[in-house]
Amino acid sequence: MNGPSTTPRFQTAPRRRFGRRRTQNALLNLLALLILLLFALPAVWIILTAFRPASEINIKPPIWIPQRLTLDAFESLFGLNPDYASGIPVMNYLRNSTLTALIATTIALTVGTMTGYAFSRFEFKYHTAVFLLIMLSRAVPGVALGLPLFLLMRKYNLVDTTHGLAFVYAAINIPFTAWLMDGFFRQVPKELDESAYIDGCGYWSAFWRIDLPLALPGMAAAGIFAFLASWNEYQIASLLTKTPKAKTFPVGLYDFTSQFTVDWRGMTAMSVLMIIPAVVFVILIQRRLTEGLTFGAVKG
Amino acid sequence: MARSDSPSQVTAAKKSISQPKRSSYYRWKTWFPLLLITPAIIIILLVVAYPMVYSVYISFTPYNLLRPDTTLVFAVDTMFRNYARLLENKVFWRSVLNTVIFLAVTVNLSFLIALALSQLMARVTRGQGIMRTLLMIPMMFAPVLVGFQFAWFFNATVGLVNNALLALGILQEPKAWLVDVPSGMISIMIASIWMNVPMLTIILLAGTLSLPREVFEAAEVDGAPAWQRFRHITMPLLRPFTLIALTVLSLDVARAYDIVRIMTGGGPANRTEMIWTYAGRLAERDSQYGLASAMSMVGVVLGVLFTLYLFRQLIKSRVVY
Repeated sequence: MNGPSTTPRFQTAPRRRFGRRRTQNALLNLLALLILLLFALPAVWIILTAFRPASEINIKPPIWIPQRLTLDAFESLFGLNPDYASGIPVMNYLRNSTLTALIATTIALTVGTMTGYAFSRFEFKYHTAVFLLIMLSRAVPGVALGLPLFLLMRKYNLVDTTHGLAFVYAAINIPFTAWLMDGFFRQVPKELDESAYIDGCGYWSAFWRIDLPLALPGMAAAGIFAFLASWNEYQIASLLTKTPKAKTFPVGLYDFTSQFTVDWRGMTAMSVLMIIPAVVFVILIQRRLTEGLTFGAVKG
Repeated sequence: MARSDSPSQVTAAKKSISQPKRSSYYRWKTWFPLLLITPAIIIILLVVAYPMVYSVYISFTPYNLLRPDTTLVFAVDTMFRNYARLLENKVFWRSVLNTVIFLAVTVNLSFLIALALSQLMARVTRGQGIMRTLLMIPMMFAPVLVGFQFAWFFNATVGLVNNALLALGILQEPKAWLVDVPSGMISIMIASIWMNVPMLTIILLAGTLSLPREVFEAAEVDGAPAWQRFRHITMPLLRPFTLIALTVLSLDVARAYDIVRIMTGGGPANRTEMIWTYAGRLAERDSQYGLASAMSMVGVVLGVLFTLYLFRQLIKSRVVY
């Protein structure tokens, strides 16, 4: 239970019919729970399917309740069971996805933090215009960017390479990172810097020693967003990567489809692998997500 | 860092320290922020601005990746040929129409559902934690995964939806959801709404919970009915959060490409074709990069118009209150 959210709203008015109100509340709670369960059902179904034996999937009549849970799908995905090896280079995808997302996050976070700091602390010429232009670059849709990038990167042998893709991801994540960091730096009181300047602290060391440590939680949040955005990106990756050398998970999912059939169970197993970082991050930031997302934006 | 004790000391210290090296201090003050934003500017110019300009250029040429005889040099009299070809192409108009319908329906429905859900969740007295966790589960899924997931659910032979409806006796024979005419678009919309709603709900819920309680109490004491409280208090106060929610949504609708591409690929027979799937198809399947670039320019312009429209509506509704 977290914070003020558990406090019932609209309850402080005169309570003449206490009993009726309680039944009403109970019904409301039940309704909300049912709707949310229904909402989560498709996702739960996917995760559940990954742990079901192949004999329970795609048969008629359908088996609704899983009879037993196995790791068969994962064994065949990783080729641990030679009889059912899927032949999909999942280790390559894992490596490419991780490397791409990590490189992109590192660059985007470094550059985005610097940019956000500059915009939150200093006034300079065309301050707002430059900020808007940087933000605008995020609004460019993936396909519109991917098509010319493919042609340009072909010239420099950057197509189908991890570092090429990672650099593109870094660039498209900078605006959002800068926006978030701008909001976080604005929450650090300006007086801290001012007193530091008086004590003879330069701009760089005020940034490095005072503001940066205080904005570390914000950096963590921005880093998570950048990582997940890169990890999940499909449009650009589908245009810029062609072989297992650089293909990432989202593109690799297509390996389960052939012309007439789709290996749905293999796909659900790979889906489970793909959501692991998001699950970890959501558990880590669950409490802060609600406040963090909106707070920086509204107050910033 | 040590804080000075009194304001007078601060001003005194500021004077005594910054006066002697004033010129370098101020020069540094203008250069330091510029230095900080330089890497971002360079990277964005290189990876976003340059390719976009290049794309505009290609859209004026008959460039085809697989045909060496097509050139990247444009002649003035043929430079608008790609655009002309698009305008007389039925698939183009179909994709624009589909995109407009898709955006109008998904943006509005996602927002309304999220608004209703957030108001419901704000009144929940028990189990908020579990409900938020449930709400976050769909957020963990990448758009590609959402696409594959719903492609499977709506599959004609092995799909969950058909299985359930047949078992319940609602359908007598399997329905080809992704092939039939309105149901293909509807399936894609459902997938997209499922993906959008959690984030929007969280933003609107956070907003609702941060509203001052006193106003609502006063209104309730005065006997204002629930609908009026919502209409005249909650909605106006929620406006900044609505703005964030709609911004997030409008920036993310292009992600719908993933879903459409995977669920139907724009087919069958261009029934669910949208601007971005069509641009991607022209480039990837037909290698007609000139035409595809023209297509994506149209998409970018329409996207900007759509965002502007969204914000104008928002500003208009702001004036009312």
